[in-house]
Amino acid sequence: MSTMQLTINGKRHALDVPPMKRLLDVLREDAHLTGTKEGCGEGECGACAVLLNGELVNSCLVPALQANGATLCTIEGVAHEQHLHPIQQCFLENGGAQCGICTPGMVLATHHLLDKYPNPTMEQIKEGLAGNLCRCTGYMRIFESVQEAAQALSLNPDP
Amino acid sequence: MRSDVTQYELTAPATLAAVLAQLAAEPGKHTPIAGGTELMVALGVGRLGAKSLLSINHLRELRFIRVDDDAIHIGAGTTFSDIRRNADIARDLPLLVQSASWTGSVANQNRGTLGGNICNASPAADTPPALLAYGATVTLISATGMRTMPYTEFHLGYKRTALRPDELLHTITVPRVFAGWKQHIRKVGTRNAQAISKTALACVAKLHGETITELRIGAASLADRPIRCYATEAALTGASLAASDLESTVRAGRAALAQEAKPIDDIRSTGRYRSIVAANLLEEFLRSLAG
Repeated sequence: MSTMQLTINGKRHALDVPPMKRLLDVLREDAHLTGTKEGCGEGECGACAVLLNGELVNSCLVPALQANGATLCTIEGVAHEQHLHPIQQCFLENGGAQCGICTPGMVLATHHLLDKYPNPTMEQIKEGLAGNLCRCTGYMRIFESVQEAAQALSLNPDP
Repeated sequence: MRSDVTQYELTAPATLAAVLAQLAAEPGKHTPIAGGTELMVALGVGRLGAKSLLSINHLRELRFIRVDDDAIHIGAGTTFSDIRRNADIARDLPLLVQSASWTGSVANQNRGTLGGNICNASPAADTPPALLAYGATVTLISATGMRTMPYTEFHLGYKRTALRPDELLHTITVPRVFAGWKQHIRKVGTRNAQAISKTALACVAKLHGETITELRIGAASLADRPIRCYATEAALTGASLAASDLESTVRAGRAALAQEAKPIDDIRSTGRYRSIVAANLLEEFLRSLAG
């Protein structure tokens, strides 16, 4: 066991975990933040995506030790108090979320995409979300959600 | 079956020198882990044999892109996202940028490293064909010093490389000599993002009028390791792309590549399919040169 210092959604945690434990499992079992989902466990589906020091990563492929000292943002840190983040609101209003398993990863991948490209082309949206699999929506509603979120954020860039 | 993570050791020595000292003190005991996009998958499905791992992900000494007059030097710890963001690489080495964009999704490109892609030594890896076509050299480092070799000498067989147990890949160097060359890369997989190649071909050629004066071809999954296709290059050097000669040049190229390719059958494709598709990719390149 090693003690990991993590700042998750603005809150500091000191967690005793095996250094090779997957960050995904640290978040769910040790930090009790179960919003991050496990899909494939092989880095192919993006359900476990989180922001690690601002970079989108698949938390199933990050050993705990490599996150020591890092700042993390999970789906629990995206909303502001009782108010959904504009990205979440747009997914909700456009049918971008159905069963919900892919949604936390989709929202964080969208967050990362819109940080890089505030007004993304459809090509950039498709590439930015290519690592996030959804078996419900057929993706079109997700792409529309992202486009609307980009618009909403351009009107109110610092929600 | 998922692995029992308590059975694994992982430490993160603070410096490159400390990592190399540990590799030298107990050769073969420790496995380096960088972005984890390969080894963590193995861990997840219970196939990670190495029990003691050394993290090299945090080593700034391995994460750099340095450009001088003659070459671009890329640290082994450089991520695919770093490569895609670099203006010098975009200008001089478009085939490397293209292959980096195929290597998994954005989340995996933020973690996966060029050195990891090379040292994992899959015959299907995305970046080796471009690096082989570009005539890259690799520099290896150990506690006792550095050595540099042509990248063509690095892959020795299926998942076997020239790395000694006490060594790490340090730098990949690509000469800046391709201004004016024709450059082409194409991957055939189930889809470009995420899916691993069935085969891929990277080609660079220098033309004089309608004659190919120099040609280099790097290939994925046409052997048990990433390869340069020397025989095919030789068969096409000096060949004419003039309208009256193009069909015979294409035929000669296809025949040479079919002769040279020794692809394996595996879960993703058959050797026969890979040979035919690779010949199609070569033909596409030759016709684009003529066009």
